[in-house]
Amino acid sequence: MQKSLLMIPSKCTGCSQCELACSYAKEEAFNAAKSRIKIFDFPEKSRHVPYTCTQCAEAWCMKACPVDAISEDKKTGAKIVSAELCVGCKVCTIACPFGTINYQQDTGKVVKCDLCGGDPECVKICPTEAILYVNADATGDARMREWAAKSDEASDVTPN
Amino acid sequence: MTYVIVGAGPAGVAAAETLAKTAKGSEIILVGGEPEPPYSRMAIPYVLTGSVGEDGTYLRKTENWYEDRNIRYIHGRAESLSTGDSALRLARGEEMKFEKLLISTGARPIKPPVPGLDLEGVHHCWTLEDVRNIKGLTGEGKDVILIGAGFIGSIILEALLESGSNLTVVEAEDRMVPRMMNQVAGNMIKAWCEKKGVTVLTSTRVAGVAQADGGRLEVDLGGNKKTVDLVVVAAGVKPNADFLEGSGIEVEDGILVDNHLKTSADNVYAAGDCAKGPDYSGGWSVHAIQPTAVEHGRIAALNMAGQVTPYKGSLQMNVLDTAGLISTSVGLFDGVEGGEEAEDLNEQRFKYIRLTFKGDYMIGALTLGRTDQVGVLRGLIHTPVSLGPWKQKLMADPAKFVEAYIDRTQVI
Repeated sequence: MQKSLLMIPSKCTGCSQCELACSYAKEEAFNAAKSRIKIFDFPEKSRHVPYTCTQCAEAWCMKACPVDAISEDKKTGAKIVSAELCVGCKVCTIACPFGTINYQQDTGKVVKCDLCGGDPECVKICPTEAILYVNADATGDARMREWAAKSDEASDVTPN
Repeated sequence: MTYVIVGAGPAGVAAAETLAKTAKGSEIILVGGEPEPPYSRMAIPYVLTGSVGEDGTYLRKTENWYEDRNIRYIHGRAESLSTGDSALRLARGEEMKFEKLLISTGARPIKPPVPGLDLEGVHHCWTLEDVRNIKGLTGEGKDVILIGAGFIGSIILEALLESGSNLTVVEAEDRMVPRMMNQVAGNMIKAWCEKKGVTVLTSTRVAGVAQADGGRLEVDLGGNKKTVDLVVVAAGVKPNADFLEGSGIEVEDGILVDNHLKTSADNVYAAGDCAKGPDYSGGWSVHAIQPTAVEHGRIAALNMAGQVTPYKGSLQMNVLDTAGLISTSVGLFDGVEGGEEAEDLNEQRFKYIRLTFKGDYMIGALTLGRTDQVGVLRGLIHTPVSLGPWKQKLMADPAKFVEAYIDRTQVI
């Protein structure tokens, strides 16, 4: 059974340790701006929401990539960017309706969550268990997947 | 069943792969018009800069990718189509019978009616062959004129500048990327490029190109003349649909397709840059962009294989990197009558965001100087996501679009 990241906003304190752990694991720098997971703040609701790629089945980024630089890790289901093959065209960054694959100007490549090969650093560091790595069918990202399905190009939802 | 796909760009390849999965046991023939394996034009500027080799542009990197899927990749150019007897004639005289045909022939660059554009040293930057021809003419100390600062011109601009060439860009309209950017953003991109050392001449037309000494070219900019080593023409593209003349298939500024990507002929479909398909923002449009090509290819193939799949319509969206300034445009960024718009502008810092709305929905967006989560703009517009109370919040602070998306699509 593949696992997914499950975010529980009600438990998130906005401490940013996940961002720092991620950026350190991926870039060897404690720099939240380089993290693949981002915390968004909702002061009116007193909420902080950790946000990253859900490794969606639609894989908008992977389909849109013109140079075969994004592939699926068969073990974890994560969609992985090959820095070697990525030319930095950024098409994936506008194709992904979740905005969870992003361009880094200093490297000229795109980056996204790769689930750390099945041992996510954000999960390990989170002091309040607001980020869990659990069986895919148990995750609350079902709702996000629902939205992914709604934005599928083949559906016929229109604004009017 | 015999499926013929003419045109081996992203749309053709996506269609071939989809057919290989959904119409198992069928014969799938993919016809490419260029000698290389199927490749991406998107990646061409990166070959020009040398950051990747030619094989870095190939759409699929796995060896025997097409063979392993029983996709027969052959070389040929379409000459004519007879819908009556379901036959496609190729340029070398070969006739291919099909049961279902996909036209994914893409587009080709236009040469504007300017004297001298046939001279040696005048090139497009459209194919891998073009890149080979241009490469030696760029570099430190070389003078280059780029005709056209549209989307494609602006992509090439970055590569030409990176080569160290002295670069002049000539654009007939009054701003850079006129169809992808409004006046504010187009002017900011121009100012940025000028800061980076590019000479940008907007509202300027090239009157003619003439041979100069030493193999150089003299470019007449309407009085003011400039001698250069290379002229690159990026003045727009047009669909490769000439071979359809006499076929009865309806062509406007692209091959007309219905919302199943079918042309006016029953067993012929069209996809990608050559197709005028349903536009999510209304009506029918040619959206010559990579994501649309792939979506078209996939949906057309499903319908060709008998899995009736309506297409919800493509959303115009672009992302551009002009010498380090990144811009995105999505949907109806000019807005619509009776709609609303919100802007946040900081010209000094080259930051700009503009959102347009109609009723409860976002319908368009422009950003400058932002790389993070820009995909959410597509998510909000194309899903579409009802904004509720976030409409007013975004009117006050348009940069909060990610928060709007999260709050409206998740339980938080």
